[in-house]
Amino acid sequence: MPSPRYHREIPARFRLEAGKCAGCGRVSYPARKVCPACRGQEMEQVKLSPRGTVVTSTVIHVPPDDFLNEAPYAMAVVETAEGARFMTQVVDCDPSTVLPGMEVDLEFRLIRKEGKSGILCYGHKGVPGSV
Amino acid sequence: MVARTGNRTLFQATHGPLPLSQRGEKRQNARSVSFGSISGTLGYPVRVPGDTTFVKRSWHQEVEMPGIVGYGAFIPRNRIKSEEIARQWGKDPATIQRGLLLKEKSVPGLDEDTITISVAAGRGALARAGIDPQKVGALYIGSESHPYAVKPSGTVVLEALGLGPEIHVADFEFACKAGTEAMSVALAMVESGRVEYAMGIGADTSQGAPNDALEFSASAGGAAYIFGREKLLAEFLHTYSYTSDTPDFWRREGEFYPRHGGRFTGEPAYFHHVMSATQGILDRSGHKPEDFRYVVLHMPNGKFPLAAGKRMGFTQKQMETGWVVNLMGNSYSGSSPTGLAAILDVADPGDLILITSFGSGAGSDSFIMKATELLPERQGLAPTVRSMLDNPRKYLTYGEYAKLREKIILND
Ligand SMILES: [Zn+2]
Repeated sequence: MPSPRYHREIPARFRLEAGKCAGCGRVSYPARKVCPACRGQEMEQVKLSPRGTVVTSTVIHVPPDDFLNEAPYAMAVVETAEGARFMTQVVDCDPSTVLPGMEVDLEFRLIRKEGKSGILCYGHKGVPGSV
Repeated sequence: MVARTGNRTLFQATHGPLPLSQRGEKRQNARSVSFGSISGTLGYPVRVPGDTTFVKRSWHQEVEMPGIVGYGAFIPRNRIKSEEIARQWGKDPATIQRGLLLKEKSVPGLDEDTITISVAAGRGALARAGIDPQKVGALYIGSESHPYAVKPSGTVVLEALGLGPEIHVADFEFACKAGTEAMSVALAMVESGRVEYAMGIGADTSQGAPNDALEFSASAGGAAYIFGREKLLAEFLHTYSYTSDTPDFWRREGEFYPRHGGRFTGEPAYFHHVMSATQGILDRSGHKPEDFRYVVLHMPNGKFPLAAGKRMGFTQKQMETGWVVNLMGNSYSGSSPTGLAAILDVADPGDLILITSFGSGAGSDSFIMKATELLPERQGLAPTVRSMLDNPRKYLTYGEYAKLREKIILND
């Protein structure tokens, strides 16, 4: 069955919509109702720029079932210019080259399939930066 | 209805005439609107965007034609060389390269499909157009590899591009010409005044059966076009379509690989339709082959478009810019639209451009457009087709290719 959470997360996953705290300016991705830095509750919607820098990374050799055919693949924590950090796959390159400091563009990709006949789940992944 | 004679094939039944009793009063509100080089009389009222009154337009009124306000393309980064495929099946690589003029082709990753290619191309088109995505009132995606059999690609694409929800969306299918079909209808929606902007996309992750000639060409990629009336990058001058029932290539529901009708694919299908459509648009527009700076014909392989172009009097120089097939393969619905994007990437103001698509089954759409003064400053706002063809990429072995194209049977 399509997961309600996937549907709810479409603005964040498809359009990189995030929340910016009106009080302290902290950007949360996905958007939160309460700012983790100052507990402010006034949030403004912002869109993340589709590029970022790898903060830390690892290579997955023993993946969950949905990703069996993709191993080995790189997972990275990426930070965008707005200061938002999130975990994402980095693809279209040798996974061993995905290291802290690497610039990545965020491209819209298929993340996983819900089994053989379920829905297709999309989102963003990192690819080596073009600039 | 339509008293619109001459060179337009689109939009013939879009607007019915108002009842006679209403015409007089509406005409009092008339203001001058223009619809370009339309020959013929348009003695019926039409609705103008942003205007609630009806106006009459007639053929001598000066008006701006709709055209392209933004375009973008995307080509996946994996490649496989023709010689690698030839080696797998015991064929002679030199014969393939000489016969089909194919060097290598793009291969989608496991996480790439018509939807992701459409989003990437669409983002490029929005960047070049510089418009508010909310103003795009229609989105059409042409492909023969929509990821879902039931559920449109367009719904995912519109969310990712930030379009809608006030938008008309449909997926189109017509073998390799679904892309120009989507473009035709998007253009017509703008031309009719129903929407301010409309996006038409052609994208595919084509499949060719293993050890079939198609396997050397079937590739992945696509291009997106936004149509509008103002700040055009290319003005549309003429459109023409030519279609007949020809069984050259098909895939039945539930089958994984398409089949083709051997010798049906050349003369009676590709050459007949491409040349009839191209000749048709030349006759109706009064243009001659030498009037065009650039020409792109659908590229099922390297040889067909060059041969068809030559027979009609086009030169290699006119065709080489849009001839991207030797490096990217045939991305089906994305083929001629991507070739057109490669042309727009380098065209100069005033250049006349001709594109003819081809879709098996079979039919062709032809468009004639003219690059505007605005084009050069927008070319650099998104990745160019050549930069994607030349970018760092991975060359696959046949085994890796078979895995990515899911040609290997796995356990659940
Ligand atoms: Zn805060």
